Amino acid sequence: MPTTKDEAWRYADADFLANANLDALSHWRTLEVPAGETRSEFMYKDSGLESAGATDRLRVHVRKGGRFEGFYIIAGGRYQRVEVEVTLEEGAHFEFGGVTIGGGDKVQEFVTRTIHAEPNATSNQVVRAVQWGRSTGNFLGRIEVVKDAQKTDAGQNFRAILLEKGASANTKPELEIFADDVLCAHGAAIGQLDEAAAYYMAARGIPPQIARKLQVQAFIGDAFVAIEDEATRDRMMEQALEQLNEAVL
Amino acid sequence: MLKIENLSAEIDGKQILKGLSLEVAAGEIHAIMGPNGAGKSTLSNVLGGKPGYEVTGGSVQFMGQDLLDLEPHERAAAGLFLGFQYPVEIPGVSNVQFLREALNAQRKVRGEEALSGGEFLKLAKEQAGLLKMDMEMLKRQVNVGFSGGEKKRAEMVQMGILDPKFAVLDETDSGLDIDALRIVGEGINSIMRSADKGVLLITHYQRLLDVVKPDKVSVLADGRIVQTGGPELAMRLENEGYDLVMADA
Ligand SMILES: Nc1ncnc2c1ncn2[C@@H]1O[C@H](COP(=O)(O)OP(=O)(O)OP(=O)(O)O)[C@@H](O)[C@H]1O
Ligand SMILES: [Mg+2]
Repeated sequence: MPTTKDEAWRYADADFLANANLDALSHWRTLEVPAGETRSEFMYKDSGLESAGATDRLRVHVRKGGRFEGFYIIAGGRYQRVEVEVTLEEGAHFEFGGVTIGGGDKVQEFVTRTIHAEPNATSNQVVRAVQWGRSTGNFLGRIEVVKDAQKTDAGQNFRAILLEKGASANTKPELEIFADDVLCAHGAAIGQLDEAAAYYMAARGIPPQIARKLQVQAFIGDAFVAIEDEATRDRMMEQALEQLNEAVL
Repeated sequence: MLKIENLSAEIDGKQILKGLSLEVAAGEIHAIMGPNGAGKSTLSNVLGGKPGYEVTGGSVQFMGQDLLDLEPHERAAAGLFLGFQYPVEIPGVSNVQFLREALNAQRKVRGEEALSGGEFLKLAKEQAGLLKMDMEMLKRQVNVGFSGGEKKRAEMVQMGILDPKFAVLDETDSGLDIDALRIVGEGINSIMRSADKGVLLITHYQRLLDVVKPDKVSVLADGRIVQTGGPELAMRLENEGYDLVMADA
């Protein structure tokens, strides 16, 4: 049984782990992306208020020149985890966009492990967390670049907005790099909504609730810019923003 | 239309407005001049309801309402427009979306129908044209990457679209080149010169007043109005400076 002492579970909800079902927890979905092909996944995760927690773990292998893209919204809790492990062959690409959005006591997290197993593979991960109440949004992103996986280009970006004082966010990049010709860009920032922008919007007649929605929309948009189909992108945005209606701020 | 009586206000415990009184009647353009740090932007911020300012005394009546009693967005809906000395950037939100939300929020408060996307674009195009601003600029993010002068011009396009009853324009002329100054000045005239509208025009320079001919000019110094006169007062200030003119008063 994993505990919060395990690196990949360090920010997980301890109560959930103590009572979780090991079979469910050990379950991995698997996916193989054939050479040169693309597979995409779009998911909205809301475990429901009654649920103690839910995990979704996916293991992907991307053959030469293939592309896997996964876009996820975590709206659920108490504990909700989306974990993706991707192995990239030569010239393959992994695109990841995730949004955690919620309040109350929710613990919402993305955990990714990206293995650049061959040269010239690329990966790009963007995670945005919007939290209020006493909720927490996490992103644990591990990147492994094996020896000889030269010309690897791996990017990770995490930003969180805390709408209320009690909310929190955690991130910890983990890089394990055994090749020398590698680009790894990492960025992380945790902050509040821009008050000057909120006032500017109010000065034009936009009520606080709509102003907040516009700001959050602009903020989480980064996680979904890579979604090519506009209708899908709009739907994901709407699903995420709907959560804000529950926020009493 | 706007009646400020004995207004005192402080920020971070420092008193800035010290019993300021000023009245602007409908149909009037009233210019405010005054040394740096006198409290001109503070007055504008207090009228707008910017968070952080505490009104410690006095009153502001706006078209029969107690202005200070209204939330910032309600003031806008009541017909007040603030032109910012430093317009705020809102990354990820386009001018078109921002202004349509603003206009429709104001219309809702006034019990008017929301404008459709098409109707709004038509209006935006007209107003942008008036200020010789390219529609492409309006599709960009609010003020992001705009030059100082472009921001000021965009503010006037916003004013044209929102069509307020009263405008407080804080150094709308600063940062404008000679042609832009004339275009903006003429924009102010065509949008706000009307028997049922009023303007408080904060400026340091006569140049703008050559285009937007004020009915009255007041000097704000050390948190109060210390002198009020006709357009000739602005000329004297330009020629003689604050020290001499105020020593005379
Ligand atoms: N947060 C603050 N704490 C203390 N003093 C402040 C604060 N913000 C502004 N002030 C002071 O308030 C005074 C008035 O500032 P304000 O911006 O209103 O001046 P202004 O008349 O608009 O000047 P300018 O012509 O330079 O734009 C200044 O002395 C300024 O330093
Ligand atoms: Mg100022």
